[in-house]
Amino acid sequence: MAETNIQSAENEELYLSKAEDILEKYKHGRGSLIPILQAIQTGYGYLPEKVVDFVSERLNISVNEIIGVATFYAQFHMRPRGRHIIKACSGTACHVKGAKQIIEKLGKKLDIPVGETTKDTMFTLEEVACLGACSLAPVIMVDEDVYGQLSHNTVGDIIDEIKD
Amino acid sequence: MVLDERSEGSKVEATPARARIMVGMGTCGIGAGARGVLKSIESELAKQQIQADIVHTGCIGLCSYEVLVDIIIPGRTRVTYKNVKPQTVPLLLEEHIRKGEIVKNHVLSQMVAEEGHEEPYPSVPFFDELIINRPQRKQILRNCGYIDPDSIEEYIARGGYEALKKILNTMSPEQVIEEVSKSGLRGRGGGGFSTGNKWASCAKYSSDEKFVICNADEGDPGAFMDRSLLEGDPHAVLEGMIIGGYAISATSGYIYIRAEYPLAVRRIKHTIEQAKKYGFLGENILGSGYNLNIYIKEGAGAFVCGESTALQYSIEGKRGMPRTRPPQSVEAGLWDKPTVLNNVETFANVPLIMNKGAGWYAQMGTDKSKGTKIFSLTGKIKHPGLVEVPMGTTIRQIVFDIGGGIPRKRRFKAVQIGGPSGGCLPESLLDFPIDYESLLEIGAMMGSGSFVVVDDGTCMVEMARFFMDFCARESCGKCPPCRIGTTLMLDILTRITQGMGEEGDIAMLEEMCGEVKTMSLCGLGQSAPNPIKSTLRYFKDEYIAHIRDKICPTATCTALYRYEVIPDKCTKCQACIRNCPVNAISGSKTEVAFIDKAKCIKCNVCYEKCNFTAIK
Repeated sequence: MAETNIQSAENEELYLSKAEDILEKYKHGRGSLIPILQAIQTGYGYLPEKVVDFVSERLNISVNEIIGVATFYAQFHMRPRGRHIIKACSGTACHVKGAKQIIEKLGKKLDIPVGETTKDTMFTLEEVACLGACSLAPVIMVDEDVYGQLSHNTVGDIIDEIKD
Repeated sequence: MVLDERSEGSKVEATPARARIMVGMGTCGIGAGARGVLKSIESELAKQQIQADIVHTGCIGLCSYEVLVDIIIPGRTRVTYKNVKPQTVPLLLEEHIRKGEIVKNHVLSQMVAEEGHEEPYPSVPFFDELIINRPQRKQILRNCGYIDPDSIEEYIARGGYEALKKILNTMSPEQVIEEVSKSGLRGRGGGGFSTGNKWASCAKYSSDEKFVICNADEGDPGAFMDRSLLEGDPHAVLEGMIIGGYAISATSGYIYIRAEYPLAVRRIKHTIEQAKKYGFLGENILGSGYNLNIYIKEGAGAFVCGESTALQYSIEGKRGMPRTRPPQSVEAGLWDKPTVLNNVETFANVPLIMNKGAGWYAQMGTDKSKGTKIFSLTGKIKHPGLVEVPMGTTIRQIVFDIGGGIPRKRRFKAVQIGGPSGGCLPESLLDFPIDYESLLEIGAMMGSGSFVVVDDGTCMVEMARFFMDFCARESCGKCPPCRIGTTLMLDILTRITQGMGEEGDIAMLEEMCGEVKTMSLCGLGQSAPNPIKSTLRYFKDEYIAHIRDKICPTATCTALYRYEVIPDKCTKCQACIRNCPVNAISGSKTEVAFIDKAKCIKCNVCYEKCNFTAIK
């Protein structure tokens, strides 16, 4: 029993060391809460409760305030996400050119509603307001790559391609 | 990552000693497949044993022709090839570089010889003479797609940082402000406030710290001017920002940029590093004694952060919620210090004004709106892209002359200008000149410059619902008129598009539009009713059709489909019968189809399967 406690304490230290490094990097900046949360999200894939507690303690900012900031912005996620993030654009130009069908098709293909992650944690499907690639509408972005001029017939191929 | 591999400090020569190949690697180029083309060029160069430099450029604005590849061979003009695919690359290299012959099927244009001694190709049109470019006046976009945005040397070779040198050596901050005021430059982010006045009112406050902020949180759906500028000519934005900083004696600066624009973020980071290396940024800039450091803050995805006070709170690491004004940001902005906040495009205008003079600049445009404006032309249009026109250009010129009109024989119906805070303008206003005042007069707004064209297949009620949905979602929730008002208006619009509209809905919407506009705290709420107001103004009959007749004239709102067969159009092909999941359709080879309404579940399959639009 005692042994596992030590082990988990070590694990926790290891787990938090990434956050430690991030805090170290930003310690001199003003107003660095958002960049810190961004770096944590990049490092951990989301904002784990434990890490938020740790950041709160170190920065002397209440958990309440941190969660307040994190939930205000669409970018932050409190739950683990998939390995690949699919952002389906529903901006004006995409909307006019059939984004709804694209999003429906993606949902069907991945068998998840918008905002959810597939069971195998491969993909998370999100809807975003505008990716700024309107001339290629309708578009989706997978991780950092933009795919444009899609139709509901071709959008499935992108998923297959990434799976392979 | 291809972008990171490019070599530093490439030399710029007017006539390169060997061939240069430029690939349009903006987000739209990459989206259209530029990476594949680039790979193909690399392998083909090795295969054909051709010596050439590969350069990545930004967006030249001709998005419908992407992937664009430019080739220069020594002594000849620069030629642009359109719609290049990986499989066309071998032919291009073989013909153009090896043999010096133009590939006619893919050639788009050639650039005017810069030094005057490059020999042009006969029978290839010049870039500026393309029909799509003729009404345009590319001042701010002149480097976009032309230079390698990662190379400060190329920017300098095209006159970059001359404006900064000039003002640091010869002008006082007051003179800079006066020049900007005289030019008539107004904020390109939406409001259209005089840039000179803004700078002047900030300059009069003295403080231990002052900030200059570049608002690159381009959140308007349908707008991508700022992204293209940051990807295509980031040094121009930075130079404008440094000049702005000098004018108000800023101690540091921030660029607040959307995290959804990863390429632009990488570019601007690189730009700042290069500018520092050259002494254009940092301590004692060009020996003038002026110090300025610029930092990047990545936005975290909140539309309301385009509002200046919300943006400042976001930089401070707080929830991005706007506050009441006064005090204005120029007096107490970021960390309660005097702050000037301008949009990307506004800053990009500044070096031009300094170089060519306010008088020259003020010649362009209309009485009260000077200069040019960049629009992102998208939607149902033949040639979507980035266009730059003098203020006062008509909507018709942009849609039909530059954009090539509506594809697939459909009719122009409306153009949505200014995003969620703008309005939908109908055909009758096609010949209306666009500037700040005229747009307000007809119920739209310059906004940041999104320009979405819709054809006769688009339902305007659904369009209004779309924008209200956006505003309701993006409302920060601080003030009730916006938080509750947008949600209630969205409810009404949703009801109408679902066939449950009631008499009195229109009057109710009109009343609420007025209330939300007057009582909301910030620009988001104040302008949120604009899409409803403008569609009610110009397309009221569509609302009435939805509410009274339960018909969507464009057959967009699926809930209003009647699922009736139009006998004259039915070809008795039975596609609907075969596909109906509940066997609600009867008919045969000799008999027109009939839909049994008692069995129909309104799944819309028959409508989609019918190739003859015989179902309404």
